[in-house]
Amino acid sequence: MATHMAEPAAGGADTAVEHLTVEDRVWLLRAMLLMRGLEERAMSLYRQGRVPGSFYDGYGQEAVSAGAAFAMGPEDRLCILHRDLAAHLIRGVTPARILSQYMGRAAGITHGRDGNVHFGDRKLGCVGMVSMLPDMMLVATGMAMAFKLRGEKRCAMTWFGDGSTSRGDFHEAMNWAGVQKLPVIFVLENNQYAYSTPVDKQYAVDPVERAAAYGFVGVTVDGNDAEAMFDAARAARARALSGDGPTLIEAVTMRMHGHAAHDDMKYVPKEQVEEWRKRDPIERQEARLRAVGVDIDGLRASIKAEIDAAAEEALAGPMPDPGTATDGVFCTGEAEPLGDGQAPWSGFN
Amino acid sequence: MPTLTYLQAISSALRDELRADPRVLLMGEDIGVFGGAFKVTDGFVDEFGTDRVMDTPLAESGIIGTAIGAAVVGMRPVCEMQFSDFISCGFDQLVNVAGKMHYRQGLAVPITVRLPSGGGFSGGPFHSQNPEAWFMHSPGIKVVAPSTAEDAKGLLHAAIRDPNPVCYMEHKHLYRRVKGEVPSGVFETPFTARVARAGADLAVITYGAMVPVALEATEDVDGASIEVLDLRSLVPLDEAAILDSVERCSKVVIVDEANATCAAGAQVAALIAEKGFESLDGPVVRVATPDVPIPFSPPLEAAILPGVERVREACRELLAY
Repeated sequence: MATHMAEPAAGGADTAVEHLTVEDRVWLLRAMLLMRGLEERAMSLYRQGRVPGSFYDGYGQEAVSAGAAFAMGPEDRLCILHRDLAAHLIRGVTPARILSQYMGRAAGITHGRDGNVHFGDRKLGCVGMVSMLPDMMLVATGMAMAFKLRGEKRCAMTWFGDGSTSRGDFHEAMNWAGVQKLPVIFVLENNQYAYSTPVDKQYAVDPVERAAAYGFVGVTVDGNDAEAMFDAARAARARALSGDGPTLIEAVTMRMHGHAAHDDMKYVPKEQVEEWRKRDPIERQEARLRAVGVDIDGLRASIKAEIDAAAEEALAGPMPDPGTATDGVFCTGEAEPLGDGQAPWSGFN
Repeated sequence: MPTLTYLQAISSALRDELRADPRVLLMGEDIGVFGGAFKVTDGFVDEFGTDRVMDTPLAESGIIGTAIGAAVVGMRPVCEMQFSDFISCGFDQLVNVAGKMHYRQGLAVPITVRLPSGGGFSGGPFHSQNPEAWFMHSPGIKVVAPSTAEDAKGLLHAAIRDPNPVCYMEHKHLYRRVKGEVPSGVFETPFTARVARAGADLAVITYGAMVPVALEATEDVDGASIEVLDLRSLVPLDEAAILDSVERCSKVVIVDEANATCAAGAQVAALIAEKGFESLDGPVVRVATPDVPIPFSPPLEAAILPGVERVREACRELLAY
């Protein structure tokens, strides 16, 4: 079985520290802890029958979205994938709205129109994903095209998985972005499995190598290292804003849970999971921060309290009014473009 | 008032929108330097440059998908499918990403997709289709289909200014055959039906290239007074105008150039059965292309596309009912 063990990227974690304050590094940990805690809470709500449909999480992959999104500015635009909750948290979506979203409640980001992580807060510069992957690669490419046409110093970022590299839209987006040299960052979240299909049935050549064929830079990053992910995204954004075109970042990671709550993942060898368990992205970031005197237990306690409060708020919220089920298919007013997101990295202040 | 062909009217709307609104951007295959397969954008790059009249890679999903991305950050892209048939390669982006965006996320996608459609010129199975019903069945997408030069311009202005995805069905057979007076400058034609000819004995309900066919077929059918209703817009469908025609005329022939099953006309027939039954004085009659791919050879194609004779015969039979 082809399993790409991550190598440190050029300009990886060591240089990341130059661009990250201790507060920034805590932010990364906070986003990952909040993601894991919210998804664990959502899973128990699912088991209690409070989350309809199925439930999809990103356990063990938290660093991919946390690190990459942390490098994005307020005016940048994001198309986030379903195992990337930390990116939403960094942009400013609140935990209560996320739990409401999972439970199909009125206060969810889509007000019950769509489920699980199929959302994007348009007021925070995000467009929600669809299930046809990687459709959002083209949407992000189009945003970047508009930025370039208007001469704006901004970029678009989108995430997709190893399975997505097999579909035509991957090619169309990579090619289009290369031809027009667009400020777009493609984050390939290689978690070794597309549902049950391992990567050796998905591609013959590591897809990071395709970037060169489309005329731009491809880098492989340890997807379980939030600081390395941040640094690769920061460098990609600098390239994008200086007119040097797209970047493909291959974040090598592992899907530690099944495709969704119903999937017991019998098709994955136990040794593979155990090997990756040793490389947990949260433990790694905690060890770094403990070494510089950060109170990890205090941080964990405050996050647990935040999740408890969010769950209480979400559970108290109403379900959507069935009378609104046919509302809003068409826009009847003015088209309102995406708004700006939160961008907590100290580099933007 | 200048006289323009249907094609010139489309060009005129695009040119006026590019001049009026810096957010407007044309995207498509061979639309720039070459001026488009049908020359709709002939000479545009000289005035607007290659950024705003963009020759794209040969990638229909790419055209629709990137247009969606540009639209949600404030642009007003107008995409040209070289032939409407090729929208099948961009179907997913249009139906799943654009069509569902506002309902799911409250985010408007103001894109217009121009779809040169229809047969009658030996285009064969991949250059002759009328795919409008695919999009009528997909929530969140508007569908319009002009039959006159004036509506070709006015509906395109309205489509580009609409905050939603709009499929603009432009019939290739009408490009240079249809001419008419068209007001200068920007004007928006509402997405409603138009009575092309008022009548009292029978109504032909149709749209697009079948409107001139219906008008010719019913000029004189044994002296009967025959109405022709040009739907112009399929989504939204002007239910009031349809039911009004049914009430006035009591007999209805519905004509589609598209394949018959689940065509726009099937929806019109269902609407009449549901809400106009009391007004009917005979069965609802449909004339459409049978459910076959559009063949290449002229006698085969002529055998399946609805023409003047078939429409006239259908009217004559229904009048005698």
